[in-house]
Formats: sequence, C-alpha cells, structure tokens
Amino acid sequence: MSEILIEARKVTRILPGIVPVTLVQDVDLKIVPREFVAITGVSGSGKSSLLYLLGLLDFPTEGDVLIRGQSTSRMPEDERARVRLAELGFVFQFHFLLPEFSLTENVGLPMRALGALSAGEIRDRAEALLDSLGLADHRSKRPDQISGGQRQRVAVARALANDPPVILADEPTGSLDSKSTEQVFQLLRSLVDERGKTIVAVTHDLELASRMDRQVRIADGRIVAIEKATRAHA
Amino acid sequence: MNLVLDIAWTHVRTRARQTLVAIAGVATGVGFSIMMAALMEGSQDDFIKTLVNALPHISISDERSRPTLQPGEEAFSAAEIHGLTPAVRRRGIKNPMATMAALEAWVPGAVTPSVQSKGLLRYAGRDVAVSITGIDPRTEGKVSALIAQMRQGSLPALYRATNAIILGDRLADKLSAKVGANLTIAGSGTIRINGTVVGTFHSGMRQIDENSAYVLMKTAQILENQTGLVNEIRVRLADAMAARDVAQQIAAETGYKSVSWQEAQEDLLSTIQVRNILMYTIVGAILLVAAFGTYNIISTITHEKARDIAIMKSLGFNERTVRRIFVIEALLIGFVGAAFGWALGYLLCRGLGTVEIRTPFSDFNYLPLAYTIRHYLLATLVALVSSMVAGYFPARRAAGVHPVEIIRGAT
Ligand SMILES: Nc1ncnc2c1ncn2[C@@H]1O[C@H](COP(=O)(O)OP(=O)(O)O)[C@@H](O)[C@H]1O
Ligand SMILES: [Mg+2]
Repeated sequence: MSEILIEARKVTRILPGIVPVTLVQDVDLKIVPREFVAITGVSGSGKSSLLYLLGLLDFPTEGDVLIRGQSTSRMPEDERARVRLAELGFVFQFHFLLPEFSLTENVGLPMRALGALSAGEIRDRAEALLDSLGLADHRSKRPDQISGGQRQRVAVARALANDPPVILADEPTGSLDSKSTEQVFQLLRSLVDERGKTIVAVTHDLELASRMDRQVRIADGRIVAIEKATRAHA
Repeated sequence: MNLVLDIAWTHVRTRARQTLVAIAGVATGVGFSIMMAALMEGSQDDFIKTLVNALPHISISDERSRPTLQPGEEAFSAAEIHGLTPAVRRRGIKNPMATMAALEAWVPGAVTPSVQSKGLLRYAGRDVAVSITGIDPRTEGKVSALIAQMRQGSLPALYRATNAIILGDRLADKLSAKVGANLTIAGSGTIRINGTVVGTFHSGMRQIDENSAYVLMKTAQILENQTGLVNEIRVRLADAMAARDVAQQIAAETGYKSVSWQEAQEDLLSTIQVRNILMYTIVGAILLVAAFGTYNIISTITHEKARDIAIMKSLGFNERTVRRIFVIEALLIGFVGAAFGWALGYLLCRGLGTVEIRTPFSDFNYLPLAYTIRHYLLATLVALVSSMVAGYFPARRAAGVHPVEIIRGAT
C-alpha cells in the first residue's frame, strides 16, 4: 500500500529544563492503512511520548510528523485540534470519560465538537456504537456505574465517534483483568480486520503485541527493532 | 442543547453549593446597587423638585451685565476715558412694566415683578434680620408656589391691613408672632414702619422659612425709600430645565443680569454630582467584590476539571471552545445572580419606602425612592461584564494548558 497515514521524520522530543530529558530521539516511522501496529518497550522507554507525537498532542523539538503527507510542524493549534477531531481517535490507559455525562453523551462529544451531524443523528450514532460494542444495556449510565472493561469499550466507542481512519491507543488494556483484556483486544483486532481501521497501540504485553501486525520496539526513546508478526491467531 | 452550554451547565449544576454562594454574591451586589441608586436618585429628584418649586426659575435683577456706556463711548468706536466717577444711577429696573410686557411676549412661562429688600423685624423685644420681598398678589401665584405654601391667611389678605406682612412659619415661631400681631419693620436708613402679620407660609426649605417675609410691593418700596422701584422680575417656565437657555436669552435682550435656578444653586448641584460619583464608586465596588466570588468559583472549577479539559483538548476541542465553556459558566452565575438581584433590589426599595424619616432640610416623611428600569439594567450590565471578565482569566489559563502535561501526569 502506497498511501501513508502518519509519518514521523527524524522526530526528537526533548523536555526543556535544568536537566533536559530526552523523551524521543530520531524516530522515523511510517504508518500505513489497515495495519495494527504495536509499540513495545520497557516502562519509561518513551512509548507514550512517541504516541502523543504521532497523535499531534505534543510538538516535536526537531523533525516533523506528517498526516496523509501533510506537514504539521507549522500547523496552527486550531488546525491540529481539527485533525485530531476528524482523523484520529484516542484511547488511553485510563478511560478518561467525563464523569457527569452518560455513556451516550460521552460518545457523542466528539461528534458534537465536529458539528457535522444533527443532535438526533448524533444520539442515534452514539447508541449504535455502544450497541455494537455490547453496551446496549448501559447507554444512559454514567461512567462510574460500569466496570473497567466496559469503560474501556466506551472509550473505544468514543474514539470511533467521528469514524477516523486511525486510532491511537496508549496501553488500552493496561488496567484491565485478563478477560477484559482479551475482549478489548478482540474489539481492536476486528476494527482493523472488518472495518479497515488503522491502529497504533502502545503495550508492554508482548503476547498481545505478537498478535498485532507489526511491532515497533523502542528503548531510551529510540526505535531498536521493527518486526512483522506472524498472524498466528488468524 | 449547544455543547458548550451543556458542559457549562453540567459543571455549575454539579457544584450547586459553591455556585449558589457565587450567585448570592452577585445577587447581593446587584440588589444593593439597585437600592442605593434608587435612594440616591430618589432623594436627588425630590430635592431638585423642592428647589425648583421654592425658587423662581429665572431671576432678572437690576444689576447691569455691563457698566453704562459713557457718551464718548457711544459716539466713537474707540475711546479711552480716565479718572471718571460714573454717575450714581437710580436703582431698579427701568420701565419695569414695559420690560415685563416685552418678556411676556416670548418667554414660555409667567412673569411677576418684585421688590427685594432687607429689613429687621422687631416683635416682643426680639430682632430678626430678614429678606423681605414685595410682591404683586395678583401675579405672584403664577410664578411661585407661595399660594400652596400658605399655612395661615392668604395672599389677598395683604390688601386688608396697612403694611400687611406674611412670615415664614419658622420665622413666626422665632418671633413668637401670631397672625394679627403688630410688629415693627426697620428698612434702609432710618425708615421704620409698623406692620401687621396676616399670614404664614411653609416652603419646606428651612433657610427660607426662617428668614423670609412677603409684603406688597408698595410696602417694600417704602422700606427701600424709592417709589415705583422694581428690582427683580421673576420668571417661572413651563419647563424648569430650560431655565439656563432662557436666562441667557433674557440677559442678551434686556441687558439686565438674568440668573437661572441652576446657576443660583450651582454649589448644591455640584454637591449632588459629587454625591453621584461617590455612589457609582461604591456601587462599582460592591459589584467588583461580587465578581471576585465568581472568579473564585470559576478558578476552582478549572482546577478541579483540569483532567476533563485535557481530555476535551486531546479529543480535538479547540481553545476557543474550552474558553467559552468557562466564560459561559461565569455568565450563567452573573445572569442568575442578576435576576435574583432584581428581586432583592426591588424588595429592599419597597422596604425602605416604608421607613419614616425627618430631615432638617425639607419635610418629606418617607425616604423618596426612584423606581426606574435604568438602574436595573445598569446593575445587570455591570454584573454581566464583571462576571465575564472574572470568568475570562481562569478560562484562558485553562484553555491554554497542553493536554499532554496533564495526561502524562495521570498515566
Ligand atoms: N514531565 C516529565 N518530566 C520529566 N521526565 C518525564 C516527564 N514525562 C515523562 N518523563 C520521562 O520520560 C521518559 C518516557 O516516558 P513515557 O513516554 O511515559 O514512557 P513509557 O510510556 O514508555 O512508560 C520516562 O523516563 C519518564 O520518566
Ligand atoms: Mg506510558
């Protein structure tokens, strides 16, 4: 596949300070459509930092991140926000749902921010997304009324709200038990296989990583290995 | 509902107690501002009304606005004259009847002649220096409120006794002179006449009630030792506020000094202005304090909601949207606070309106209050603007936060 969704070119991120901290160093990476990429490495190796850079949440100190071939280094913040809203979906280790809103409302938020659909369409789509993730019975509950695994699935539903081509996930199963982990993993897997999404997921679970399409291993902020996985499960 | 409004509403709704405190702050500010404005403007209106009723709107006196021209100055366009003692002029307005007729032709109001004199009243061994005004009872009523102010007797009673005199009620008390009393009036020079009290009046202005008396013009002319003297023409206009302009026009036309009530009471009116500045300062301070309460709660919310803000920003909410959420929260507080403030202000006004008071300067019995929508709108405007400013700064700070800084800390 020739099209490149996200490309990191010589990306370096250094936190300024009395003792500057290098989070990411000289990273070159291309993410193509319909792949499920794992970013692995030990804790503190810079996985999250790299993901934030790929997701336009953070600014590289040097280098550039291109979205569909377009440079973002000089993009105004509003424009970057717009790209995040329409092109990227985020799932974090903690669900990060808004506590005062129902699940349907939480899933509807990005749609409302984008403003392309009517209120009725937004509700319908949010409910359909929740239903498709097996949360039909919980639609009007608030985040603190459901389990951790369910919350993480709501977070996935919210990431899918504006139907972005790419989903970026930072240890999406990091705080879940093994059963919920398997459920969420299967959900992400099916999004790639059946709905043609591209997913970049940070994980330090090497077993899970081996079931993704490609593994980018990093240490001390640098890419140390990229390996294609053998789709054992398929 | 609009997304921003929805989130803003959720934030304030889920913090009912804090929000109510902030709302109470704004409501108190707006309520007391309204009350204060009503009180200040009410007493000011009342005061001016009393003033306008008690005084002639315009007083034309025999002082020339410029010295009489010398024959030489009249003959040549440039003349310099030295060491001259101008002739002693006969006092009073020349041809008063003709001057009055000329004024009556164009001045929108009524005109009456009078003779201003100073005298000393002596009764029962007591002496009081007073201003004595010689009036024409037939036209006086059209120019002053004297008829309505009469407590005993009436204006025509001035015709019924020789040298009849009407006293201010406080003056009568001071002299302990009752109607029918015979007193001595000392005028200019050695003139001394016997007069009879035929009535008393009460204007409500202490200074006037203590120090003035009315007689016929003829009597005043005797006191001034000059027959036919008229040294003041008083004018009452249909519109008291036009006095300044009309006074200027009269001065230009007659050449006599012509003073409007506003000019005569310049000091009092500027005191009122100072009072108003004071009031607006205090009202502004009250509303400012209320704004601090709003600032406080919005700051608190932005801190408590730092994580939610980071989430919204990471999802792709732009800064403007996030900022708007908190500004709208502040405005909600300001708006609801102002609405309660209206009710509070109105109730405070009604409450104050029942308070009875006495003042030495005038004699209204209840606190005069001005009810005008202007005060309500003004207080609301100030409350909303200060709420917006109070919300803007924490909102801007919150919206400017980089989401990663908070998300990094949380993971
Ligand atoms: N705000 C910060 N100040 C200082 N060091 C930081 C900060 N944020 C992250 N780091 C450091 O940067 C490195 C990379 O962090 P991170 O990207 O979160 O790693 P990972 O997600 O792989 O655990 C770690 O060593 C971490 O301690
Ligand atoms: Mg991490």
